[in-house]
Amino acid sequence: MARGIGQYILVRALMIIPTVLILYTVVFIILRILPGDPITAILGTKNIPPEQLAALRKQLGLDQSLVTQYFDYLYKAAFHLDFGTSMTIRGRPIWEDIKTRFPRTLELTLYGFTISVILGVLTGLIAAKKGGKIDLSMRIYSIIAYTLFIPWFGLMLQLIFGIWLGWLPTSGILDAGVHIKHITGMNTLDALLTGNWTGLKSALRHIILPSLTLGIVLSGAYTRLVRANVAEVLSMDYIRAYRVHGIPEYKVTLYALKNAFVPIVTLMGLQFAILLGGAVLTETTFSWPGMGTYLVHAIESRDYPAIQGTVIFFSFLVGLISLIVDVVYALIDPRIKY
Amino acid sequence: MPLLEVVDLKKYFPVEGGVIDRLLGRVKGYVKAVDGVSFTVDRGETLALIGESGCGKTTTGKLVLRLLEPTSGKVIFDGVDITRLKGEDLRRLRRRMQMIFQDPFANLDPRMPVGDQIAEPLVEHGIMEWEEAREEAYKMLERVGLTPVEDFYDRLPLNLSGGQRQRVVIARAMALKPDFVVADEAVSMIDVSMRASIVKLLLRFKEEFNQAMIFITHDISVGRLVADRIAVMYLGKIVEIGGTEQVINNPAHPYTQALLAAVPTIEEKKLKMKLEIKGEVADPKNVPPGCRFHPRCPLATDICMKKEPEMIEVENGHFVACHHHI
Repeated sequence: MARGIGQYILVRALMIIPTVLILYTVVFIILRILPGDPITAILGTKNIPPEQLAALRKQLGLDQSLVTQYFDYLYKAAFHLDFGTSMTIRGRPIWEDIKTRFPRTLELTLYGFTISVILGVLTGLIAAKKGGKIDLSMRIYSIIAYTLFIPWFGLMLQLIFGIWLGWLPTSGILDAGVHIKHITGMNTLDALLTGNWTGLKSALRHIILPSLTLGIVLSGAYTRLVRANVAEVLSMDYIRAYRVHGIPEYKVTLYALKNAFVPIVTLMGLQFAILLGGAVLTETTFSWPGMGTYLVHAIESRDYPAIQGTVIFFSFLVGLISLIVDVVYALIDPRIKY
Repeated sequence: MPLLEVVDLKKYFPVEGGVIDRLLGRVKGYVKAVDGVSFTVDRGETLALIGESGCGKTTTGKLVLRLLEPTSGKVIFDGVDITRLKGEDLRRLRRRMQMIFQDPFANLDPRMPVGDQIAEPLVEHGIMEWEEAREEAYKMLERVGLTPVEDFYDRLPLNLSGGQRQRVVIARAMALKPDFVVADEAVSMIDVSMRASIVKLLLRFKEEFNQAMIFITHDISVGRLVADRIAVMYLGKIVEIGGTEQVINNPAHPYTQALLAAVPTIEEKKLKMKLEIKGEVADPKNVPPGCRFHPRCPLATDICMKKEPEMIEVENGHFVACHHHI
C-alpha cells in the first residue's frame, strides 16, 4: 500500500502540469483577443507619437510574435520561477507582489474557510439530529447563505456593523499608524508571534467582516452536505447499535460525524478553490490588499504578465490542494485504497 | 412476574406533507405501525414475532428497547416502565437489553476495528477498563468462532463476510451479558448455509445467560425452530399468540393458517383447512375498519367489516383475535 500511495501521489502531482498549462494557454489567448492592450491602458488613447509607441512596445516585449511571447513567458515561469515584471509599475517583479499579497489572501481565506466549516458543520449536524422545524430552518438558512451575492452581503455587513453600529472598520487590513513586523505576511499571525497586542486587535477587527462574509456565504453548501450525510449515517443500524449498547449520545454523534466525513472533506477541497475566487469579490468589496484586488487591478490595466502570473500561481495552488485532499481521504477512510 | 411486559403499545408515525405543511406543523395522517400490542416474555423464554414485512414487528422490537418513542402504552422491564426513563437511567438499563440487527453490512461501524467495537460498550458501562475489555472482546470473538482471534480483532468490518459480521454483532451484544435480547431477522440476510450455525450460537448464549428473547422473523419455520411461543402480527396488531406447538399445529386465525400453508414441506400438511389469502397487505395509513384482515380473509362476513375482534382464549395460553376462529 505504501508504494501504491506514493505512486498515486506522483501521478496526481504530474497531473497538475497539464492543468496549469491549459489554464495559462486559455488566459494567454483570451488576453490577446480582448479589446484594449497595456499601451492604451498605460498611456490612454490620446495621440501618441508612433515612435514613442513603438519604443514602449519594444520595451514591454509586445513587438515579438505571439508564439515567442507565449513560450518565452512559459519558459521563464517554469524554470526560473520568474513571472515577469509588471507593465503598469514598470520593472516591479510580479513574484514580489505575489509574495506580499498572497499571505493576506491566504489569511482571509483561512478565516473564511474556518468560519464556513464551523458554521456549516454545526448547522448541518443540528439539522440532522433535531429534524422537524429546526431542520427546516437550517435548510432555509443554507439556501439563503448559498445564494447570497458576496458584494451585496459584504455591503450589508459594512452598513450594519461599520456604519450603523460603528463597531468595526469597513475596509483595509490595519488601522493607520499600526505596524506589524513582517514574518509570514499574515497580520494576525505575525502580531501573535511578535506579541504585538495592539496590532493583533487591529488586524482582527479588520478581518472579521470580510471573513464573515466569505464564511457565511460558503457555509450553506456545508450545511446541506453535512445534514444529508449525517442523517444517512444516523439511520444506519450501527448507530442504533451504539445507542442500544448504551454509548453516550455525544459519542454516537461523534462516530456518526466521523463516518459522514469523507464527502465533507471533498467539499472542503473544492471549496478552497471557490474560496480563492470568493476572495476576489470579498477583497474588492472590503478593499483588502490581497491577490484578489491585485488581479482585478491587473485586468483593468491589461497587465499581461501580472494576470498570467496570478493565474499560473492560483491554478498550481488549486491543483496542490486537491492533491492534498485526495491524500487526506486515504488517511481518514481506511476503505479507500490506491 | 414476567421479565418483560408490553401493554397496549402503540406507535403512530406522522405522514408529513410538503414544506408548507411542515412549517405550519400540519400532519396529513398517521401510519399506524404498531396499534395496540400486548404480550409478555419470561426469563429464559423465546417469543417469536412473525409477520409479513410492514406488519410492525421490527417497530415493536425497537419500541421495546426504547430505540423509538412509543405513541402510547407501557413497556415494563423487570418491574420498571421504561417508556418513562430518561438519560442516565435509560443508558444504565441498556446494558441489560440488547438488539441484534438484521443487516450484517450496516450494523457495524465501518471505521472501528471489530474487536474495539465489542470492547467499547464494556468500558462505557464502567464494567471494566480498556485493557480488560479488550481481553474480554478477545474471549468473545473466540466464543463466536472467529479464530484465530489475532487475525480478526483488528479487522475492519469490510474485511469480513456477512456471517462473520453477524458473529461479531452477536459477540458485541452478548459481551454485556444482557437479560433480554431482541433479534431482528438476525439470520435472514445470512447465507442459508450459515443460518443454522448462527441461530445455534444465539441459542447457546440464551441458555447460558437464561435470557428472555424476542426473535423477529418473517419465516415461520425459523420461528418454530427457536421459539417457545409465537405471536403472529398483522398490520400493527397481534392476531394470534400461543405456544409454538399450539400455533403451528392448531392455528386458529385464518392468517396464521395461510402463513403455514405457504411453508413448503415434504410431508403432507396436516392443516384443518387450506386457506389462501387474496391481495396485498393493506396500507397502514388506511387501516380497514372492523377486523383489519377482512379484505383479504376468505372467511370474512358482515361482522368482520364492522367490529374489531377481541382476543379470545381458544386453549390454555393460546389467544386469537378473530370472529370466526377455527
